[in-house]
Amino acid sequence: MAVTNITKPQPYSSRFRETLRQIRKNWSAYLFLMPGLIHFAIFTVFAVAFAFYISFHEWNIIRPEKPFVGLENYLRLFRDVRFHRSVINTFTFMIGVPLNLATGLAVALLLNTKVRGQALFRTLFYLPVVTPLVVSAIIWKWVYQGDYGLLNYYLLKFGIIQEKIFWLADPNLALPALILMGIWGGTGATMVIYLAGLQSIPEEMYDAAKVDGANSLQRLFYITIPLLRPTTFFLFITGIIGAFQIFTEVYIMTNGGPLNRTTTIGYYLYINAFRELDMGYATAMAFALFAMIFGFTLIQWKYTRGDVEY
Amino acid sequence: MAITQSEKSVSKPISTPAVRPVKWKEVLGKVIVYILLTTGAIIFFAPWAWMVSASFQPIGQIFEWPPNWIPDTITLQNYVRFLSAEGFFRWVLNSGFLAIVVLLVQMFFNSLAAYSFAKRKFPGRDALFLLMLGTLMIPGQLFLIPNYLILLRSPLFGGNNLLGIGGHGMLDSFWGIIVPYSFSVWSVFFMRQYMKTIPDDLLDAARMDGASEFTIYSKVILPLCGPVLAAQAIFTFTFVWNDFFWPLIVISSSELRTLQLGLALFILKNKTVWDVVFAGSVISTLPVLLVFIFFQKYFIRGIALTGMK
Repeated sequence: MAVTNITKPQPYSSRFRETLRQIRKNWSAYLFLMPGLIHFAIFTVFAVAFAFYISFHEWNIIRPEKPFVGLENYLRLFRDVRFHRSVINTFTFMIGVPLNLATGLAVALLLNTKVRGQALFRTLFYLPVVTPLVVSAIIWKWVYQGDYGLLNYYLLKFGIIQEKIFWLADPNLALPALILMGIWGGTGATMVIYLAGLQSIPEEMYDAAKVDGANSLQRLFYITIPLLRPTTFFLFITGIIGAFQIFTEVYIMTNGGPLNRTTTIGYYLYINAFRELDMGYATAMAFALFAMIFGFTLIQWKYTRGDVEY
Repeated sequence: MAITQSEKSVSKPISTPAVRPVKWKEVLGKVIVYILLTTGAIIFFAPWAWMVSASFQPIGQIFEWPPNWIPDTITLQNYVRFLSAEGFFRWVLNSGFLAIVVLLVQMFFNSLAAYSFAKRKFPGRDALFLLMLGTLMIPGQLFLIPNYLILLRSPLFGGNNLLGIGGHGMLDSFWGIIVPYSFSVWSVFFMRQYMKTIPDDLLDAARMDGASEFTIYSKVILPLCGPVLAAQAIFTFTFVWNDFFWPLIVISSSELRTLQLGLALFILKNKTVWDVVFAGSVISTLPVLLVFIFFQKYFIRGIALTGMK
């Protein structure tokens, strides 16, 4: 049939009839897809279109009238100082992504040296990843507690600081404190993915390098890290996308304070939608967030496209 | 053979002195590796260990300086108070119920869709699959408000009429969590990748024998998908159990809260009862911890699978 297609193109109507025949023949494939398709149509496709519609209206869930306001919600984003602050905070938060990659890679490299108790170490580093985020936030709220917190105790004990620091109440320290907690929570996941990446590097490459007299540092920088690039790329993108959407830690630990210094885009969006009940504005914000993520991924893609394929 | 033996005996005296210094360096390297790993593991484990330790301490001991790593007196009082406090026991049941129901529904719908995408040929398949994958880039926040309103206006749910007006729809009910979580494109993608590795001959043989597509799906495909199903089941369970954001949006009645939601609102309302909060934290971590320990193999494999793509 494929051959006839190439030699003499079928007329439109017969191709249409063939498609119909295929659809009828494979009806069960569509049936199997039905639950997923309905879900996708409502909660993804319709939702995006609906969100787009909402973003051009003043949409207060309590008031029955929802006046059309054109681009006003989008223009407001440019004037809203608190929104600008949340964008700055969110981008600052992303400092944690490369740090997280570094710690994850470091642990993976150490574990990959055929140490004993690999499973135990892996479990200990991975524990924070399975811990519910709510619980992590509770634990770290205590770690950062000013008067009795664990961090202050050990920093004072080792003479690194001279007096107690109120980490989450200090406008300059609250965000770094959340970043540090993020590294604690994320290292285990990066480690596991890097370990899988490391194990896929053929041993012969290292042997060849050894014969050529490369020391272990050279092997790390000229073999391991370049060959792990696809993994790093994946982790970087997913890390950035995750950082764009940070919410739970902020909600439980700082409420966006002090002085809005931990108000992230995700948190500010929630406040606008469900406290201020300004859903039109919050949706416009969500589209701005989407645009940022999209732009970011595009730039990443452009710069690394040639390198990812091997 | 004789040649190789003589070669070995010749090379031996030469290589032995060269090995000595290398071995010293290797031992030193190993020691450094263990020191680094142990230090790192202690730092990573410490906050967690402290939570467990504090959950067995009376409140007076928790507020002590220096911190007590090993409780002077061990008490189960915190756990008793947590579980007898208003609602908490109910919230544990709610979380367990939701996690298991979502897991079962999702596994069924996802694997059905994955089978169609992996092993059937039908018009529109590739376009549809690409469209689904394309939407994965959209951040969750974009769906937040429309999906909230869709749940609010669901016809015939929660006192709504046919047009979706009059009640609260699927909001403030378990439907509001189960229905939006009943399908996951990510999970379909991974299942499809796995199913593609199953040889077509197997399915054709079953078709020859007159098996229906559903029989092939349930009797041939599913039994061969053990590892990927296990990994997805673990992920879904952990995700729903740990989820905070969506229940926060959907649930407002106290008796319908999940454990994470109840715990978070409890700590925001009562800022001083750290003893009860730590006990609650341990309880809310326990199920996912057990799942992780028992199914570690699948967990790690699943993550590695996710990461490699």
